[in-house]
Amino acid sequence: MRTKPDTRIKPSDITPEATFFNRRALLKTAVAAGLVPSMMATSDAATIPADGDFNPKPKKWAGSVTDTPNTLKDISTYNNYYEFGTGKGDPAVNAHTLKTSPWSVQVSGEAGKTGTFTLEDILKPHDLEERIYRLRCVEAWSMVIPWVGFPLADLIKRFEPTSQAKYVSFLTLADRNQMPGVRTSVLEWPYREGLTIEEAMHPLTLVTVGVYGKVLPNQNGAPIRIVVPWKYGFKSAKSIVRIHFTDKRPQTSWNMAAPQEYGFYSNVNPKVDHPRWSQASERKLGGGLFAARAPTLMFNGYADQVASLYTGLDLAKNY
Amino acid sequence: MAVATPRWVIAVKVALWAACLAPFALVVLRALEFHGLSLGADPVQELLNVFGKTALNLLLLTLCITPIRRSTGINRLISFRRLFGLFAFFYAVLHFTTYAWLDLGFAWDHVFEDIAKRPYITVGFTALLLLIPLAATSTNRMQRALGRNWVKLHRLVYVIAVLGVVHFWWQVKRDISEPLLYAFLLTVLLGVRLHHAWTLRRKAASQ
Repeated sequence: MRTKPDTRIKPSDITPEATFFNRRALLKTAVAAGLVPSMMATSDAATIPADGDFNPKPKKWAGSVTDTPNTLKDISTYNNYYEFGTGKGDPAVNAHTLKTSPWSVQVSGEAGKTGTFTLEDILKPHDLEERIYRLRCVEAWSMVIPWVGFPLADLIKRFEPTSQAKYVSFLTLADRNQMPGVRTSVLEWPYREGLTIEEAMHPLTLVTVGVYGKVLPNQNGAPIRIVVPWKYGFKSAKSIVRIHFTDKRPQTSWNMAAPQEYGFYSNVNPKVDHPRWSQASERKLGGGLFAARAPTLMFNGYADQVASLYTGLDLAKNY
Repeated sequence: MAVATPRWVIAVKVALWAACLAPFALVVLRALEFHGLSLGADPVQELLNVFGKTALNLLLLTLCITPIRRSTGINRLISFRRLFGLFAFFYAVLHFTTYAWLDLGFAWDHVFEDIAKRPYITVGFTALLLLIPLAATSTNRMQRALGRNWVKLHRLVYVIAVLGVVHFWWQVKRDISEPLLYAFLLTVLLGVRLHHAWTLRRKAASQ
């Protein structure tokens, strides 16, 4: 599994799905039979623990912001997750019906290794880190959140995207039995988001499975979501069931709903206002009733790391 | 001298005062985190929501008085209209104060830029401005002094209510179910008046 991405790969080189899974099964049998030391099969670094605490504890990432994180209560009771209702408090009330185990993710499109992978398969080889990121909502409020996860790039490399993989799209579960909001037509379901392959491979883009050292609450996108800290929050797809590699720019839910208000990129940008409100400043939540607004930073403060992704791009047009 | 106000009217007024002050009192208790209450993660947004919606609710209540009075014949209901109207103004002022003070920290350049540039704020601010002459002329003395013009002036409430609903509608991100409900109620309340005016005109024509 730990092969480097080979962009020269030809469709004929792709390992058939059956062979891919067979190899894992064969290895498992071999381990069970004592023929292969188990370390060679899997490193067992990351799993979703039943008791909610990750073991081993996620390592602290050196790049974390130094702002004080919001409380877990704020993070888990003030959510935009329309599958569970459009009120900020709705997801915390309704998301208990989401069944996060068993969970699997379908990987499809322009990649060498496609198929359906269990959550355990996806997480196993990766070491989890705690990364404290800023989160800026398009509604002009922000939080600081200690996520637990690992770089999406490390996961994507395992799927061996082809040279045709220019974009990655993410689909959120849309099950009307588990998600009451899906019974309404407030957005087109399933919720879909997308990134360019460069954005997806950027070391800041995080596959996220936890917050505050524990498994994600359902309302925060359990069991597996992504976090893209330099973009407005809605770009960070929750409860992902499908990852698709494609050569065409994927449709994204908010862009479909209101194309003049929400673009494909949706990078945090204080100079490009939402048509109806200013994006120049934000309410930093957690400071109470009398906290002053703070100026919004370009790329949410991650300009040094990500600005080079957009050289030559007119960010006012490509909002 | 006017006839003494009936006891039941005074009792109802006291009850209505309490009811109209209740949303404010509750918000104060939540802000003080009394008994585990709270305004949630975004207290400023919550205050904006509570004050704005309460203002809109009271505005629609003032518009309910006349149709109910006409259909029931209880003319005394008119004595409650001013109370609702003034409380609507009270909550509209609180709504604006929350925005200008708690949200924008009295950065007036920002406030005026918003009013000029953001249509939903232009509309909301216009509604607030239009409420001022109505509140100022709400006393018995002003009513007598203005005579027929008072009625004309206070027809502004129809414009204000429409602007209020539009203000709510335009700031919603996607889920318009709530502003839609307000728009529906307002349409009914204005429709009842149109219907009444038509009936009167027809009657006058047939006589």
